[in-house]
Parts: sequence; C-alpha cells; structure tokens
Amino acid sequence: MRAEQNAKRAPLGWGLLFGIIFGFLLHKGGATKYDVILGQLLLTDFTVVKIMLSAVVTGMLGIYFMKARGWVTLSIKSGSLGMNVIGGLIFGVGFAVLGYCPGTIAGAIGNGYLDALVGGLAGIIIGSGLFAALYPKLRGGILAKGDFGDLTLPRLFKVNDWLVVVPVAVLLVLLLIGLELAGL
Amino acid sequence: MEFLTEVRWSPYIVGVGIGVLSWLTFLISRQPLACSTTFARTSGLLERLVRGARVENMRYYQEIKLTWGWQGMLVLGIVCGALLSALLSGDFQGQWVPDRWAATFGDNVLPRLLVALLGGIAMGFGARWANGCTSGHGISGSLQLAVSSWISALCFFVGGILTAKFIFNVIGGG
Repeated sequence: MRAEQNAKRAPLGWGLLFGIIFGFLLHKGGATKYDVILGQLLLTDFTVVKIMLSAVVTGMLGIYFMKARGWVTLSIKSGSLGMNVIGGLIFGVGFAVLGYCPGTIAGAIGNGYLDALVGGLAGIIIGSGLFAALYPKLRGGILAKGDFGDLTLPRLFKVNDWLVVVPVAVLLVLLLIGLELAGL
Repeated sequence: MEFLTEVRWSPYIVGVGIGVLSWLTFLISRQPLACSTTFARTSGLLERLVRGARVENMRYYQEIKLTWGWQGMLVLGIVCGALLSALLSGDFQGQWVPDRWAATFGDNVLPRLLVALLGGIAMGFGARWANGCTSGHGISGSLQLAVSSWISALCFFVGGILTAKFIFNVIGGG
C-alpha cells in the first residue's frame, strides 16, 4: 500500500504534466489508433511491441540504476496465477474487441476517435464497476489461487538484480533487431 | 521545432521517451506510469452519485480509495497531450468508425459502438481482475521485473492476438 500513501503526497501538477508528455508520445507513436493496435494483435504491424519493448529496456536500466543508488524504491504489484493469467486473458479479449487499452483510450479520445469516447470509455467504467461488485466473492477464491506475492524475477532466481537486468535488456534488444531484420 | 508537427515518430524514439518518462515519475512523484485504476475510481465515484456514500464501504473501493489523485491527473494529461500532438500535426480525427473496422465490417456507427462498449466492459473487468493494464503491468511492472506483470503482459497479448484473429479472420472471413 506504499503507492497509495505516496499518491496522496504526489503533487497533482506533476501527474498532469507527465500525462501530457505520455499522451503526446502515445499519439506520435500511433498507439492512439485502433488500426495500429489491431495491426499489432493481427501481427501485421509491430509498432506497439516496438514502443513497449524499447520503453521497458530504457525504463528498466534507469530504474535499476537509480534503485542501486537508493534514489527510488520499486513499486511491485502482488499477484497470483488466478489473478494474472485469467485476468490477463479477459483483458486481452477486451483489448482486441475494443482496440484500445486504458492508457491509449485516453489518447484516442484526445486524438478525436469517437468510438473510444462514446462506446469504449463507457464500457471500461461499467466493466470496472462489475468487478467491484463481484470482488468480495472473488478475492478469497479464484484471485488467491497460486499466490506468489510481490515477487520479482531477480528474487525468483535468487540472484543479483543486474544478472537479470542485463540479460533481459540484451534479449529484448535482440528481439527488436530480429523484428527489423524480418521486415516487420 | 518541425518534429513537433510530424504525425508519426519512430516507435523506438517514442519507446525510449516513455522509458525516460518512467524514470521521472519514479524519481519525482514516486509513482509508476499506470492508468486503469482511474477508470475503477471513476466508476465508483459515478456510482456514489447515484447510490450515495455507502458505495465507499464496498470492499474494493476501500482498497483503491475513491479519490482521483495523481493517476487521475495522469490520465487527464494523456487526453490533453494526445490532443495537443494531434492538433499540432493536423491529425485530429473526429471519426466514429476506424478504417480497419470499416474495411471488414462496414462503416455503420451503431455496430462499432456496441462492439466497443462490449470490448470496454471485458477490458475494464479484466484490468481489475489482473490488477493492472498495458501501462501498469505491460510497461511499468515489466520494467521493474515484477513476475505478476510479465505473466499479465504475456496473457494480454495471447488473449488479444487470438481474439483479433478470430474477429478478423473467422468472423470477418479475411
């Protein structure tokens, strides 16, 4: 719950500024467009994966560097197989049917896509509310199945952070080079 | 400053930019880039308008707290930032039916809105179930090497790819 406590202190102006930069970048990347997102899910246009993987490599190197210097603390979400596998698959179905995700739908609205504003936004709000209503029934059952807590890959393998960070960075960069070589 | 008026940038420049942005959100705001909880809070706040203060006592809203906060401002900022970029590059759309959808299923507005609504319901529900979305798990959680996020991100794409193939190749017959 550390993130919740910090959230109260985090000045809202920074949130707005960071959001403006995020939205600007998402639009410049084409990620605010249904056609680009569906192109990714149909495996004909790898723009979304290229954006995400280069963000992960860059972000990971910086965050673990700053963590080693004591400048930042990680904010890891606890999880379980019941939560992340089933929830992830349901999310994926919605992702393809809607053609936007919660971040990019905000960008799509700014970009002027009205199916995002009228249909999609209402849907996400309804779907979230349905989950909140069902939550008391789910939390002790399916959501707790296969619980592994706030595990990270370095702790899973019981190794120094950099023994995971460096190979993951190399692997993701090779994957991106592979995509380019394959002409995708 | 001509680059600001270009419609598209290289996905690698955009990705590296988002990565650097995540350094700043951690360093300055002690927060990861994440969006989907804001939609759940919005849902709870709307429900509170209808059903009153007892909504706040619901177990889920006790956990996520019904205040819009930093993440709400981030999401609002995304709308503004995308609007700014779209206007600067002459790419503001005002479009009801995306081209790719129209090419396969026609340009009737109502079917697309209905499907977007249904997709939104599944996605909103799934984002709560998995406790995160393509930004919270897919980018912020993955870059911190969280196991929950790598599993979720993988499942987002497995579910998404299978569903997209089914919609366009089976139903759409392409």
